[in-house]
Amino acid sequence: MELIVSNLSKRFGEKLILDRLSLSIESGEFISLVGSSGSGKSTILRLIAGLEHPSSGSISVDGTPVSGPGPDRGMVFQKYSLYPWLNAAANVAFGMRLQRMKPTEIRERTAYFLEVVGLSEAANKLPRELSGGMQQRVAIARALATNPSILLLDEPFGALDLQIRESMQDFLHKLWQRTGLTVLLITHDVEEALVLAQRVHVLAPNPGRIVRSLEVDLNKSDLDQLRLSSNFLALRRSLSRTMRELEPSLC
Amino acid sequence: MTVTAAPASQERCSGLFPLFTLGAMPSRAVRGRLQVASLLVPLLIWTAVASFGLVDEKFLPSPQTVFRSLASMAESGILFQDIVASTGRVFGGFLLATLLAVPIGICMGVYPAICALCEPLIAMLRYMPAAAFIPLLIIYLGIGEEPKIALIFLGTIYFNILMVMDAVKFVPKELIETTLTLGGRSRQVLVQVVARYSLPSIIDTLRINIATSWNLVVVAELVAAEVGLGKRIQLAQRFFRTDQIFAELIVLGLIGFAIDMGFRLLLRLSCKWAV
Ligand SMILES: Nc1ncnc2c1ncn2[C@@H]1O[C@H](COP(=O)(O)OP(=O)(O)OP(=O)(O)O)[C@@H](O)[C@H]1O
Ligand SMILES: [Mg+2]
Repeated sequence: MELIVSNLSKRFGEKLILDRLSLSIESGEFISLVGSSGSGKSTILRLIAGLEHPSSGSISVDGTPVSGPGPDRGMVFQKYSLYPWLNAAANVAFGMRLQRMKPTEIRERTAYFLEVVGLSEAANKLPRELSGGMQQRVAIARALATNPSILLLDEPFGALDLQIRESMQDFLHKLWQRTGLTVLLITHDVEEALVLAQRVHVLAPNPGRIVRSLEVDLNKSDLDQLRLSSNFLALRRSLSRTMRELEPSLC
Repeated sequence: MTVTAAPASQERCSGLFPLFTLGAMPSRAVRGRLQVASLLVPLLIWTAVASFGLVDEKFLPSPQTVFRSLASMAESGILFQDIVASTGRVFGGFLLATLLAVPIGICMGVYPAICALCEPLIAMLRYMPAAAFIPLLIIYLGIGEEPKIALIFLGTIYFNILMVMDAVKFVPKELIETTLTLGGRSRQVLVQVVARYSLPSIIDTLRINIATSWNLVVVAELVAAEVGLGKRIQLAQRFFRTDQIFAELIVLGLIGFAIDMGFRLLLRLSCKWAV
């Protein structure tokens, strides 16, 4: 699978939100886009998901142009994403039901993906009985269950406490290693992008465009150690500086 | 001074005041007693006023008299006949209004184009009092069951539509979009997500609006009917039977109350996740 975004522009009315943006993702890659609030991060993801139409430019998955939303591109939003009347298992099964998979297959896959996200115990719980982190893991399991070729994550941990956010990052890293998923993660948290992604793109606002791309060549066998290593901290400082320079001066 | 004032004010709170502290929840037992009092106190006052003869018995019959006439109407079968006739009309008209209003309201809530097309018209129709349609309905449909059902239909459909539409607008956009990215088609999104998510609000809307049809059925029966609770009230007036009027009013109140409880129960059973 290969996702190619080329010369993508998006206007809302007169306002140019994205300006001729290009990027590509190979199968199995973990890519992250960082940018400040309002820089157009969500808009990019929504365009790739097919929830918005480009003003110009193109998006293709394996050579097929994107023309609307579909289960080949799984999406996880920051919040409000679980069906509140369904328990965790039924939430995971929902997409498969929509696609009329065989009931036995749905049952097996539901159990498997609940296990993958470590929530087999919580299968019968309603979303409101789950913590924020557990809810997001159910949402990820649900997106994975329909077998997408890429997982699109829009600040999936943005609403969580710092500590839970770190453990969710560890979780997502393991998940990626275990399943060989292709992931596009959007975040405004530089550390999160560096911890998880192999390549980080920095998005500048007004209009949104990629101003810096960076390969993250770090040893990621232990994320706790990684977060404290000097190489990591140097990269983090450098990225933060880039981000700060993009902000309009406040003084 | 302030140090000594604090315990004093706390002590004052320990009487009736905690009941009126904002955000405070009295215990279940206390609430239960208050609820019983809500019905019992007026009944006692009524009994007292009637038994001391403060008001002419002709105008305010005693609870015993009302109960006796209720019993005699029940025995003769008239009461049952009236209840069946009136509730039948209410359910007929309201069911029709609901069957149409729910899909229309959902589509208006989801598709801005449909909303723009329908809302001005509905907003205006809503302000035409349903009772003002009675003469027209009689000309069109005669004086049988049809105009009564049509009146209830007209009197409730617009409110049902607009309130369902509002409920639908509260469905989180993310939930709809998640469903699309999971491969859901429009129909699946509307039925399995939008309608399902708004179900608790829709049930609540119906619970509130059925009260209007309960009003309108009496209006319709006052104009032209053979049987029905409203019709019986009109007949009772002709013979100055205030006891019967009171009895019918109480029956109207009780049935309305039962319908309300029915909807609450339905909500609790069908939407455990929302209550
Ligand atoms: N449907 C829309 N109509 C008009 N303007 C929009 C629409 N969606 C987004 N925008 C505008 O586009 C810009 C980028 O929005 P977007 O949501 O993509 O930013 P973001 O980087 O995801 O921000 P955040 O970090 O706050 O989520 C914002 O200025 C926003 O006001
Ligand atoms: Mg965003």
